[in-house]
Amino acid sequence: MPAVTQIRSRTVVLSATNIDTDQIIPARFLTATSRAGFGKHLFADWRYDAAGNPKADFALNKPEAKGAQILVSGRNIGCGSSREHAAWALQDFGIHAVISTEFADIFRTNCLKNGLVPVLVDDKTHAWLLAHPDAEVSIDVEHTTLSLPDGTTVKFPLEGFARYCLLNGVDELGYLLSQTAAISSYEQRHR
Amino acid sequence: MFEKVWEDHVVVPETDETPAVLFIDLHLTHEVTTPQAYTELRNRGIRLRRPDLTLATMDHSTPTRTEQVFGGVPIAVDSAAKQVQQLEINAREFGVELFNLQDSRRGIVHIIGPELGITQPGKTIVCGDSHTSTHGAFGALAFGIGTTEVGHVLATQCLLQRRPKTFAINVVNRLPPGVTAKDLILAIIGKIGVSGGTGHVLEFRGPAISSMSMDERMTMCNMSIEAGARAGMIAPDATTFAYLENTPRAPKGAAWDAALERWRMLPTDAGASFDRSVEIDAASLVPMVTYGTHPGMVAPVTGNVPAQGDAVFQKALAYMGLKAGEPIRDVPVNNVFVGSCTNGRLSDLRNAARVLRGHKLAKGVKMLVVPGSQTVKRAAEAEGLDRIFLDAGAEWRESGCSMCLGMNGDLVPTGHYSISTSNRNFEGRQGVGARTLLASPETAAASAIRGRVTDPREFTT
Repeated sequence: MPAVTQIRSRTVVLSATNIDTDQIIPARFLTATSRAGFGKHLFADWRYDAAGNPKADFALNKPEAKGAQILVSGRNIGCGSSREHAAWALQDFGIHAVISTEFADIFRTNCLKNGLVPVLVDDKTHAWLLAHPDAEVSIDVEHTTLSLPDGTTVKFPLEGFARYCLLNGVDELGYLLSQTAAISSYEQRHR
Repeated sequence: MFEKVWEDHVVVPETDETPAVLFIDLHLTHEVTTPQAYTELRNRGIRLRRPDLTLATMDHSTPTRTEQVFGGVPIAVDSAAKQVQQLEINAREFGVELFNLQDSRRGIVHIIGPELGITQPGKTIVCGDSHTSTHGAFGALAFGIGTTEVGHVLATQCLLQRRPKTFAINVVNRLPPGVTAKDLILAIIGKIGVSGGTGHVLEFRGPAISSMSMDERMTMCNMSIEAGARAGMIAPDATTFAYLENTPRAPKGAAWDAALERWRMLPTDAGASFDRSVEIDAASLVPMVTYGTHPGMVAPVTGNVPAQGDAVFQKALAYMGLKAGEPIRDVPVNNVFVGSCTNGRLSDLRNAARVLRGHKLAKGVKMLVVPGSQTVKRAAEAEGLDRIFLDAGAEWRESGCSMCLGMNGDLVPTGHYSISTSNRNFEGRQGVGARTLLASPETAAASAIRGRVTDPREFTT
């Protein structure tokens, strides 16, 4: 997993609430057996028309969205299916942080496992971000802050372990494997 | 109850800085969310820690047409065929027990765990699938995980977890005749919302719950995730034990007696507190049907689409082709799907068949009945349910997830209305542009007869 310390980028805004993972990556693309290449199918049914052409009015297709690394979404993003392909698709497309007022549990976990930063903000900050697409904002993982263009800085919650993993590009499997002695001892006790 | 199961599985306790290391008793796996995890293990040279606690089946992308399952006809979706093959390769290489496409025990992962009796009270159970919450019906702590976490469990039999909060769903009184577990869980999701359970483990409690069969309890816990919950649980009792006693892999003899003793200790102690609670009056409910694009957008079958709502509501109605304020029971139905991990068990098929018996599908209606497992299929055929469906004009298929998410090519055409016993009415869930109305098997069957959304109590009470 690549280390993430700072993300500075324009935002792209999808204001819908309850964006489920079926929208982020529809099920028909899940028959792949590798992690790569899901970006082209990101939001496929919102992004392309029946003939497969990009819909001009969809936020991710607008010229301003090109190169944006931060997605601002409505409340409760990532609900529904546990498919990690949703996080893979966002990352493959170039999104490295998602800002919302609420994240579905499994989606949030999947984001963190892939170096995609979930940034939980208050309603006021969220309202400003929704109203200002293409705003240049900055996310500091070390200090767990989000900075807006006017210099306002807000803290976002990120548990110490997740922060450490993001900052150092450490994946958790290494940590779990380092607990082998404790796991063996548990297995002995529960035979 | 949640605390007891949690505490019993803590390998390393959580601290302010680090999550708990939690031991997993049962890892259920399927073809869609495991290939990348096995690739990771292979790349790192890691073997499976506990193949004895791991089971693999095929369900999501598998065909339901008999000739493609048993007749040697190639699987229609090429990438799905490759995924199925990949699971065979991975299971062989890593030593995992696999129920392959032709296995008589194969089925939807959340149907076969309970059928085999490996879903048991007090266990921690995970699977790379959000509907793992189903197994909570037995008093297990069961939840869905992503593929990276699947890799963690394959490699270490453990997960890193923060302790969730608890949420009591107190269901008072009994369900009236003709109102089902599916109607109750839809009503609960409508009440607490699709993120109402986020960060929490639900415990369903009260007389309406304790009088339910295991099949009904599984329907309840299955859809806990649709309220955003980490898991759903129901206290194990005599109903749970009677179900498990006859399953092939439940403990036997002295081991059974010892297990019973442990299981009887699991229910929440009287006076224990929950972080949150809500009360639902079962007696006030009628059959429920969704009208929108998430399971919380639900209304009584006797009621109307809400008269007004925000921009998201307007967008959902535009997608669904419905008007604010219009009666739910006027909505036309072209497709009917009976099946899925929510309502694909034997009693669900019986309930649909009881309504459909002696009737024909309305003109222009297509109906697909897909048993949740091959075991369910055989049992249904033994009592003649397949004939009732076929005589009515429905299709009777091999088991799998099928039209719940259409990965295998079982799809609802664009713009068509589908009344479905599955769990998600998200945009495009059953096919691009498909319009899904979630309901019980009884409501689905009654609607198939009339060709429009119908109150099943016209047939059942």
